[in-house]
Amino acid sequence: MAFNLDSKVPEGPLAEKWTNHRFNLKLVNPANKRKFKVIVVGSGLAGASAASSLGEMGYNVDCFCYQDSSRRAHSIAAQGGINAAKNYPNDGDSVRRLFYDTIKGGDYRAREANVYRLAEVANDIIDQCVAQGVPFAREYGGLLDNRSFGGAQVSRTFYARGQTGQQLLIGAYQSLSRQIAQGSVKMHVRSEMLDLVMVDGHARGIVVRNLVTGEITRHAADAVLICTGGYGNVFYLSTNAMGCNVTAALQAYKRGAGFANPCYTQIHPTCIPVASDHQSKLTLMSESLRNDGRVWVPKKKDDDRAPNDIPEEERDYYLERRYPSFGNLVPRDVASRAAKERCDAGHGVGTTKLAVYLDFADAISRLGEDVIRARYGNLFQMYEKITAENPYKVPMRIFPAVHYTMGGLWVDYNLQTTIPGLFCLGEANFSDHGANRLGASALMQGLADGYFVAPYTVSDYLANHGAMDADKKVTTSHAEFDKVEGEVRARIDKLMAIKGTKSVDHFHKRLGLIMWENCGMGRTAEGLKQALVEIPKVREEFWKDVRIPGDVAEFNPELEKASRVADFLDFAETMCHDALTREESCGGHYREEHQNEEGEAQRDDVNFVNASVWEYMGEGAAPELTKEELIFENVKLTTRSYK
Amino acid sequence: MRITLHVWRQKNSTDTGGMKEYTVDGVSEDMSFLEMLDLVNENLINEGKEPIAFDHDCREGICGTCSLMINGIAHGPDAAITTCQLHMRSFKDGDAIHIEPWRSLAFPVVRDLVVDRSSFDRIVQAGGYVSINAGAAQDANCLPIPKPDSDTSMDAAACIGCGACVASCPNGSAMLFVSAKIGHLAHLPQGQPERYKRARDMVAQMDAEGFGACSNHYECEAVCPKEIPVKFIAKMNRDFFKATMCSES
Repeated sequence: MAFNLDSKVPEGPLAEKWTNHRFNLKLVNPANKRKFKVIVVGSGLAGASAASSLGEMGYNVDCFCYQDSSRRAHSIAAQGGINAAKNYPNDGDSVRRLFYDTIKGGDYRAREANVYRLAEVANDIIDQCVAQGVPFAREYGGLLDNRSFGGAQVSRTFYARGQTGQQLLIGAYQSLSRQIAQGSVKMHVRSEMLDLVMVDGHARGIVVRNLVTGEITRHAADAVLICTGGYGNVFYLSTNAMGCNVTAALQAYKRGAGFANPCYTQIHPTCIPVASDHQSKLTLMSESLRNDGRVWVPKKKDDDRAPNDIPEEERDYYLERRYPSFGNLVPRDVASRAAKERCDAGHGVGTTKLAVYLDFADAISRLGEDVIRARYGNLFQMYEKITAENPYKVPMRIFPAVHYTMGGLWVDYNLQTTIPGLFCLGEANFSDHGANRLGASALMQGLADGYFVAPYTVSDYLANHGAMDADKKVTTSHAEFDKVEGEVRARIDKLMAIKGTKSVDHFHKRLGLIMWENCGMGRTAEGLKQALVEIPKVREEFWKDVRIPGDVAEFNPELEKASRVADFLDFAETMCHDALTREESCGGHYREEHQNEEGEAQRDDVNFVNASVWEYMGEGAAPELTKEELIFENVKLTTRSYK
Repeated sequence: MRITLHVWRQKNSTDTGGMKEYTVDGVSEDMSFLEMLDLVNENLINEGKEPIAFDHDCREGICGTCSLMINGIAHGPDAAITTCQLHMRSFKDGDAIHIEPWRSLAFPVVRDLVVDRSSFDRIVQAGGYVSINAGAAQDANCLPIPKPDSDTSMDAAACIGCGACVASCPNGSAMLFVSAKIGHLAHLPQGQPERYKRARDMVAQMDAEGFGACSNHYECEAVCPKEIPVKFIAKMNRDFFKATMCSES
């Protein structure tokens, strides 16, 4: 059964679509808003901003997060900044240009109307955040400072030292806290959504496990918003937080929501390399370092000399060599692939040979150590803390790492999934970044969805489909809640009953390795087919041999992990199917079969100008594909060249 | 390296709890402290025992989830980092390490090394915000803010809410945390309309949660992973004093 994918993109010129659409959306009378309840799952930038905005409007909101406080969601870790087309520097920026850069950066695999709206509301986000007290960097005149970022020729990135994510999240958390105090939002921390409840085809609630007591609870509502972030942890090692997971999105997918472009994964080029088998996560070094650092490897294969002993003429500054016009500042996907290519060819450095140098010696001799310290001091300190090497004296060793997932639940222009009443916001949806996300655009999208899009579109849904009368409302005593809660309990009991011999991490690491090798930076039909053979084997073994100590009815981190890893094992094949059927290279998706004679990605604009939307067909069964054709009326598709 | 650990184990909030000893071999200096605990847990699971519960998430020093008193020092021996950023090269072969949860009446133990810090959230809910709805803002550059004020606000806003300040204070005081929240907004024009009410309400909630008062030990500043200075406590005291003198504001 194929999906009927109606994108609901409004008629009219691009720049007027959102304004017209807002007028056409139905409203809910202020006195009636309190009769509706909305569930928000996740409390990062998308979730916290949506929950607080809906609360401010007068709805009753229940918000859930797995962390011990809503302030700790992983949006907090974003370093660089947030884009907006304020054009404060007077350097030629405009909404149209931000739209164009974002859609081009995404390799023309996103929906025009959604991206334009994102660019349009970005300015409102900056206003909103400043009014909340977000301490963005300022100039001496007291006005906001901007800096430049990859993929753009204007300075449009607003930032708060190296912790823009934390400051924006605290802004949203403060607003959320105000609504909690006023009683419009009820916050459930250390609570994990384990399934979605649907009644008559509409999302009407969720089933949740309390991570402290193990209690399973039911929550009914008139609409459900999934704001649970990305699934990068399917690779085990990533820059994601340890708890980031695909569970909520996967359960929605299993209940009938389409999952779009799951293979689009962003591999960030500048991360600290893996040191040993014990490594639990990878740490990002900000993209801004490439402004002053030069990337190189030894020209000689398997060169074991210390970097400073390798003379200049024996170094290969391969980004400058391959991309003379952009040099070290090529976009993330290009830089990552180039590093892999050199390491695969035997030029990698460090003990694992899976690293390249990022060298600041030139910048230090040109500008002095003090200038470099002022620009990057905290990053250099972080690097030294982790590696015990002094990057002022020795080049940094870096390697690409999984960072962000552009794929996610398919949503229409209203951010509604293929399930009526189920919305998806932020990184969890597929909406705005196409096949590659530009730096400083993730924060923008999370807050755009939560503050300025969902409040309108969710109201429209409630006005059309919400039951106002108490006796017509779905309650938690509905038979569907009995059924879904029963399934959740049965699954947990099944996990606990395995009593096998191997830890959850053992299986997670194995899955991660399969995914990294076959569905990572470079993908081949052969490798992906191999992964589709290996993943079910690991899953089968997991369900026979995983060992989860402790009990169900207590604080049990191993059980939490097991439940999430079981979901990654269910989800991974869909990513491989998607990568296998997308016979082209675009953005973060690089099929080695589809490259030109210079090794650059080759897009296929005849057959693949579409979003691939997958429908779950049962465990182990191949999912079914429906395509949403992407229509470009305002931009011309060109080849991204950085040479 | 071989390390001996003495770890606080407590099954739940009502259990009495106690220290237990573990020996772990094969610790490399490249491991983070939490990866060392991962290794201990992997061994415990393989032996059919219950792993040690500890809080952690981002593992890059910003989410504020990880905690741990390590040999009596919040976030361990190195300055200006969280536990997740501490690496085993700060220890040597044969070392004994004592690991305890955050120690405070207002942070009840959930299990082993995991504590409940929801008291911090309730303090913020008491007034740690600017009352503005989404959509009501004027252009961001309408209100210039002198850079020194903005920078001071940012110094305070860098707080990650980990609770190390409370855990290391002999009085179990949360004043560095609360003053960072108050100081963040008090240095911005956006924070002025509610400035004194905020100080009064947040301090009242802090007291209601059972946190102690500051008596100038400055242990909090010494362990703060974001190096938030105690001057914010003095600033908070001034605002609180003004607030109680002018109770109508």
